[in-house]
Formats: sequence, structure tokens, C-alpha cells
Amino acid sequence: MTATKGRVTGVNGNMVTVRVDGPVYMNEVAYIENQGRSLKSEIIRVRGDSVQLQVFELTKGIKVDDPVSFSGELLAVELGPGLLGQIYDGLQNPLPEVAEKTGYFLEPGVYLEALPRKTRWAFTPVAKAGDVVRRSDTLGTVPEGSFTHRIMVPFNLYGDLTVKSVAKAGEYEVTDQVAELVDSEGVVHKVTMLFQWPVKRAVDCYAERLKPTEPMVTHVRLIDTFFPVAKGGTYCIPGPFGAGKTVLQQITSRHADVDIVIIAACGERAGEVVETLKEFPELLDPRTGRSLMERTIIVCNTSSMPVAAREASVYTAVTMAEYYRQMGLDVLLLADSTSRWAQAMREMSGRLEEIPGEEAFPAYLESVIASFYERAGIVRLADGSTGSVTVGGTVSPAGGNFEEPVTQATLKVVGAFHGLSRERSDARKYPAIHPLDSWSKYGGIIAHDIVSYAHGFLFRGSEVGQMMKVVGEEGTSLDDFAVYLKGELLDAVYLQQNSFDPVDAAVSPERQKRVFGLVLAVLGTAFRLKDKDEARSYFNRVRQLFIDLNGAEWNTPRFAEVESALRAAVAERSEGLEPVAARHIETLER
Amino acid sequence: MKKVYSRIESITGNVIAVKAEGVAYGELAEVRTRFGASLAEVIRLSDDLVSLQVFAGGRGISTGDEVRFLGHPMKVSFSDSLMGRIFDGAGEPRDKGPTLDENLITIGGPSVNPAKRIIPKEMIRTGIPMIDLFNTLVKSQKLPIFSVSGEPYNELLARIAMQAEVDIIVLGGMGLKYDDYLSFKDALESGGAMSKTIMFVHTASDPVVECLMVPDISLAVAERFALKGKNVLVLLTDMTNFSDAMKEIAITQEQVPSNRGYPGDLYSQLASRYEKAVDFEGSGSITILAVTTMPGDDVTHPVPDNTGYITEGQFYLKNGRIEPFGSLSRLKQMVNGKTRSDHRAIMDGMIKLYAAYKDTLEKKSMGFQMSAWDGKLLKYGEKFEKGMMDLSVNIPLEQALDRGWEILADCFERQETGLQTKLVDQYWPKKTA
Repeated sequence: MTATKGRVTGVNGNMVTVRVDGPVYMNEVAYIENQGRSLKSEIIRVRGDSVQLQVFELTKGIKVDDPVSFSGELLAVELGPGLLGQIYDGLQNPLPEVAEKTGYFLEPGVYLEALPRKTRWAFTPVAKAGDVVRRSDTLGTVPEGSFTHRIMVPFNLYGDLTVKSVAKAGEYEVTDQVAELVDSEGVVHKVTMLFQWPVKRAVDCYAERLKPTEPMVTHVRLIDTFFPVAKGGTYCIPGPFGAGKTVLQQITSRHADVDIVIIAACGERAGEVVETLKEFPELLDPRTGRSLMERTIIVCNTSSMPVAAREASVYTAVTMAEYYRQMGLDVLLLADSTSRWAQAMREMSGRLEEIPGEEAFPAYLESVIASFYERAGIVRLADGSTGSVTVGGTVSPAGGNFEEPVTQATLKVVGAFHGLSRERSDARKYPAIHPLDSWSKYGGIIAHDIVSYAHGFLFRGSEVGQMMKVVGEEGTSLDDFAVYLKGELLDAVYLQQNSFDPVDAAVSPERQKRVFGLVLAVLGTAFRLKDKDEARSYFNRVRQLFIDLNGAEWNTPRFAEVESALRAAVAERSEGLEPVAARHIETLER
Repeated sequence: MKKVYSRIESITGNVIAVKAEGVAYGELAEVRTRFGASLAEVIRLSDDLVSLQVFAGGRGISTGDEVRFLGHPMKVSFSDSLMGRIFDGAGEPRDKGPTLDENLITIGGPSVNPAKRIIPKEMIRTGIPMIDLFNTLVKSQKLPIFSVSGEPYNELLARIAMQAEVDIIVLGGMGLKYDDYLSFKDALESGGAMSKTIMFVHTASDPVVECLMVPDISLAVAERFALKGKNVLVLLTDMTNFSDAMKEIAITQEQVPSNRGYPGDLYSQLASRYEKAVDFEGSGSITILAVTTMPGDDVTHPVPDNTGYITEGQFYLKNGRIEPFGSLSRLKQMVNGKTRSDHRAIMDGMIKLYAAYKDTLEKKSMGFQMSAWDGKLLKYGEKFEKGMMDLSVNIPLEQALDRGWEILADCFERQETGLQTKLVDQYWPKKTA
């Protein structure tokens, strides 16, 4: 706490005006003393001796003249072993512990320690006395779940530091001293496993940022093959309500091929978080065979929780993601939904009486969204290892219209766009990512030219489909009709995926390549077909075989059996394979 | 005794400002005017200037009227004697019964800790097949009824209130026409459900500020009953009026409007009410059904749009029926697996056939030739609309399922239904026509 004291002079919604008697920092955390509670808040504007705070709690009951104290610190999170598996609110309060204390309801003014203090961690020293270290260098390690958690030089100790001592191997609590470091001025810093970092500052202790190239496999065919996301990249999922944004995020959080998943449920339904909360501990991570919860952190600030904390929640989440990135791990941050975060900004901006931009969003909306997504990235650390933070954000555009400011600002900065469509979700075509509107700038598991060959059938098929609506089936040539059926087939058997089917829910890259090769064989083959009825029934048969194939377990006799039935069905009416397709299939199989 | 202030500095719309000290944000005051006393709530503090929103409205307030601060926020009495009573938006009796002032509870309390929520698992039976069978209402669910004005949404609510298997009904009326209020009252009284009902009714002619209080009062009372182990169903009608009241007040306070004049916090305001729906582990529950009229049948209008992002599905009331296509209960999967083995199959199968009927209808209207299959579909569609969709149909789930099989057997051969052979063998009516 600093010496500066303040007194409340005004209250307007969750914004409180305070007169202060000394220096304050912008974005400093302050506490309003009221009815025996101290309410956490943040300075968001300074004008002379009058400062304005956004309060992270309900402001009911605050009076003019209530005393205010200032922490001298920016809004920060605790970093250290023990974050994994936790369920936090937007300010990093562990919700289950809060529930033990206050019962069913979230009472204002209850702040608990984010990391469990009593857990003992088996520390193994890495650095030795006399070593010269910089921030984020490893001092020692502790095992956390299936990971080796690096105990690092706190990110806020700048410059070269000399190790004076490191604790012996043994069990320690997070607040026990594990090292002493001496800075260039001879000041000794006692280091524990736990330190704090301000959420709105990107963690910047790495050697260099790299270009995201390696695909982050989600096991969703439509994403991995057609609209891939790279490790360290960014993507957004805009969609109207009911199109399946949250379901897609949940599927990704289960199957994504990353080390750690951080879910930021920002201003959405509490019920959805509850599903994750209750189901994850019982689901197994296919990579490690341990509970999924052991690789997950949930930050949840649902729609009825205070708005200012909602704004903080995405930063809390991304800061924890960056912390684990510093250990050379791949982290995926899923933010659902960034629109609610933007709306929180809009509410505050309105209270500050700022000049509104489009749809009353503040003028700085774009730059704030951009700087948030820019915290994603793949970096090479000082020790040569790489770590990444991938950010996927859902957007909930008003009226499902993508022309609104949040969607547009997001599209400018992300590397992939998975636009969900009401049309597809109404037709129960899941995942409802629109295959013609969506795009990705990253390379996926299958080379771009091969994918775009297949994509061409979707385009032309949909064109023929449009035309048929006008001229009817009679007015369409058999060749065009075949293209239409091929496009529909690709959609039905490859783009759509049944997330409730145990086999189809998650498809490995090898399997995707194999099945894609089969699809290509159908797309590239000219078939001997008498008329449209025959064409339709033939394609229905092929479709049924593909669906059986999608339900068959990988590398089983059943899979081989359906696969050869499928190849036979194609050969039966084949009049030859297009040379381009043949080349692509060859490349795939190589 | 609290100090009385007798100088009102400004009056704008429903908001008055007085110079006062020691006042808390959200505190309640009493304003005495020559038309009687009205409550007012503190909505802004700026040094010693206190802005208050007067429940009865600003009309007729004199700058010399007295303001007395009560030292507590808005409260409502909570006890079993609320049952069967009717109040207005300020919590005053509307039914000539005694004023209740024991055991006052604060309204608009904090949110439920997500870690204490549980996955919903029990259905609420309503006797309406379009709900029970096709879009099951689940305990602790929040569902709006999207409707165009003129649809019988209040009749639907009244029916649900009378038939739903819950312990207590809390009905919150916002901007209700007076005759709608009377018909609600009559329906509940004649249906014998009044004794388990509590009504908080704001009619269209009441001051607009009271409209804002109705959801909070209703939900605060519901929450207390739920904590006492009761299963409470909260019916709100109409949330669009509530949003419009919010808009009106935001604009008079010179807030920057965001979308079609609604305040920027519309989503948060609606969410903080809807999110009160909860199932308390080891205690009772709150389920919310709220009418949202869609101006001009436009689902992208800010109120239904924001509502759709908050709630767990919606019932779409159109042409006097709950539409099977626009309607969705996101939680139905949690319960309809354990009702009867044919529930899910009938639910999906009948809707698919109904969709096919709609296509046939379109073809017919365009003058295409009808095949034998089309003829069957046309027969089916008519039976389905009459036997299932009609709001007057009032049968329990099991009977509705049986009726579903009867309709199918009446119109189709066994293999034409696209249902699993096992189920068909088990449930297909014996005396096929």
C-alpha cells in the first residue's frame, strides 16, 4: 500500500470518482473501504487530484467520503506451480475455495490467494551459485502433473543477476525462498516459486519471435485440412447464437494437440462452464492418459458477474498462457466470447463519457483487440527451446451480422477466420463453419494446392446448386450435376463431423490424409453414369460407405474392409482419374 | 431518525437531484409530493449531489417537496404469506390485502458461484407436447418465448403456470395491459393455481421506473424460496417492455445509446436477470420462462438478439403454435434420454417428416404434381399440426408419445418412418389401419 489516501466523491454505476492526496499510477489497483469490505478497483483515468476507478464488484452501498487506499501495483496475477487444474474468476480468485468460504453466492470483497500455499513441491535445482542469469532463466524445476514446471527468474527482475544461492533439492511451499539473486547494484533479491506479473503487459523475455508455421492439430477435419491454425497463431470464430461456437470451443479444448489449454469464459452462460467444470476431471487426455483437467485452467467470469472483472479476465488468462509458454510449452487460449469483453469496454467508455465510435464502441476498440491477439505467438526462448501461445476467440456479432465493429476489428488481426453460419447449423451440418466464407493464412497438414483442388468442387458444386434452384434438375447437364453431387459428397463426408461419435469426434492427421486421398479419388474420377437418378443413387451409396468408414476405428480390419469396398465402388464405374488428381493423391501418399 | 431534505435541485424526467450527505449508492428514499409518497432509488452520487430515480415519475414533483433517505437499498418482504398475493413493481399490494413488511430481503443480490452450479438433470412437465416432447423444459433452464405481438403468449404462460410441476410460481408482469393482468388473475384463480402463485405486476399505465424493479423483485423472492428447497418457476412477461423501460431511462439520463437507442449494457442487464436461473445443489431451483416480443418479427432486433445469446434456447411462438423449427431447448439432451426409450427417436423422426411435409407443401403451392408419398406427407402434416402442435392439446408426455406413434401408423408404413426397427417393433400400434 502506498501513502496516498483518497476519499470517494462520486458513484456512477461501476465507476467511482475519488479525490486523492498524493501520487497515483495509471491502472493501479485501489481498494474502496465500505461496510467492512474492501472492494477491488482499478484507476482508469486521472484528472488533477480527481481519479476515476472501475470497480470489480457491485457498487451498491458505496458512500461519498468512503476511504480509498492504493496498492502501488498494477492489476497482476500470481504465477507459480499449482495453476493447472484451477478454476478462477476474472481476477484469479479460485472459485471452489470462494464457494467454501461464502457458499452459493459470490459476495463482494472476498479475495483469496490464487495459488495454494500449503502444497509442497519437489524442487530440483538447475542453476548454481555464481551463475549469471536473466529474467525467465531456469533456476530449478518442480513436477506439475505430467509437466516439468520451470521455476524461473521472476520476469520483473531486469538486468544481469548473479546467483548467490539456490535451495537444495527438496520439498518447498510456493512462498518458501528457493534462491537469492544479486543484481548489478549489489541488491539481494530473495526469490520464491511464486511471483506476480501485471496482466496488461505482455511477457517479453524471449530471444526472438518466430513465424507460426507448424499446424496446431485440432482433430476437426474442416479446420485441420481446410482452415488450419498454426501453433502460435490466432483465429476467430464469429457466429450468431445457436450456431455452435461454444460447442466448437469445447471440442477444441478437448482434442487440440497442445500441452496446456486455458479456457477464458468471458461473459457467457454459467451453464456452459459448468459442463466443462464437471466433465473435464472425468475425461482422459489421449496424449498423456491423465485427467484433462490436469492440463486445463479455467478462467470464468460469466455474464452475471461484475463487468469490469470481465474485461480483466481475458488478460488474466493470456498472462498465465504466456507464463507456461516460457517453459517451452505449447499453450492454447480459448476466449469465449471476445464480444462480451468488447461490450465491457463499451460500458466503461460510456460511463467515462468518451466520444463514442461505431455502435458506441470506444474509438480504441481496434487497437485494444489487436494488441490482445498480438500476445499470441511462437517464440524461441533464451535456452533455444520454443514455446507458443495460440489464441482462438469467439465473436458474438449482434444479429449475426459480421459487418459489426468487433468482428471487423478482429478479422484484421487474426490469421484464420472460421465463420459459423446459421444456415448450416439449422441444417444440422456440424461443425457449422462456412466452407466458402472462411479462410486461413496458415499452412495445414495437407499442402495448399491439394486442398484448393478439392475446395474448387465446393465452389462449383454450390454454383450448380444455385443454378438448379432456378432451372430445375431437368435444365442441368449430367456433367454439372456430377460436380454438384461431388461437392455435396465432400461436404457430407469430410467437412461434416459427428462430435458425438466416439471415432468420428477426433480424427488424427494420418487418418485425415488417408480419407482425404479417398475423397480426392472420387472427386477426380469421371464416372460412367446413365442419368441423374443413377448418379444420385450411386453417390448415395458412396456416401454411405464413407460414413461407415468415418465410424470405423483407425488401423482395424473393419477400416480396411470399408476402405477396399469404397475403392471397389469407385473402380466399378470409373472412366479414368484426372491427371491433376492422380498427382495430388500420389503426393499425399508419399 | 433520518434527516429530511426539502430542496430538490433539479428534475429531469423521472430523475431528481438533491444535496445530501452520507447517502449510499443504491439507497432508497421516500419523496413526499402532493400526490402522495413515492419511493426513489439513488442512481448517481457526485460530491454532495444525489440523483434519484423516482418510482412514481417526475410529473408533479415540486422543488420544495421532501426527500427522506431510508438508509437501505430496495427490499421486499419475504415470507410464506406472499403466496396468492399480488403486488406492484414497488412491492406494494395490488390486491387490497395487507402491506407486508416483515423479514425484508435485498433485491438484485450477487451472482451464484459457477463452481457451485450443477449440471441440470430433471425435466419440468407442462402437458404441452410441443414442449414436453420436442423441446423439453429442464429444471434451472432459462428460456424466452419469442413472439410477435398479438400471439397468445400470455395465455400460454398462464397455462404453463397452471400445469407445470413446480412448487411455486412467481409471475412478473411488465407493461402488462390492464385486461391482460385481469385475465391472468382470472385464469390462475379459476385454474386453482393462485394459492401457489405470487404476482408482481406492473401495468402499462404504472410509472415506468417500477417496470425495472419487477424482474429483480420476482427473482429475489424466487431465490429465497429456492434456497428453502422449493422448485420455483418464474414467468416474466414481457422482457421487451423491460428493455424499453431501460432504454427510456438511459436516454433521459443522457447515456450514449449503442444499438437502436438501447443502452450499451443491455446484454449485461438482461444476463444478470436470466442468470438467476439455477439449481442449488441439495436445495431448490429457479427456472425462468420469459416472453420477449419481437418488434416486427425481427429476431435480429437488439432485445431478442441479446436474449438469444444469454438463454438456453427459445420457444418460437408463431401463428398460435410453438414452431418446431425456430424453437430449441439446449438442455433437452440432458433429460430426454431417460424418459422413455422412444422419446428421442420420436422427437427427431417426427420433426424430419414434418420438415418433409413443409417441402411438399411448397411444391404443392407451386403447382407441381403430387406423388403418393407427397399425399402421405400431406395427411401426416395435417394430423401433426392438429394432434401435437395445437396449443389446446393438453396431454402428458407418455400419451403424447403414444399419439405420435398413432399418427405415424395412420399415415405411413413401418419402414417409411426412418425409425430404428427395434423401436418400431416395440411401439408400433397393434391395430394398424
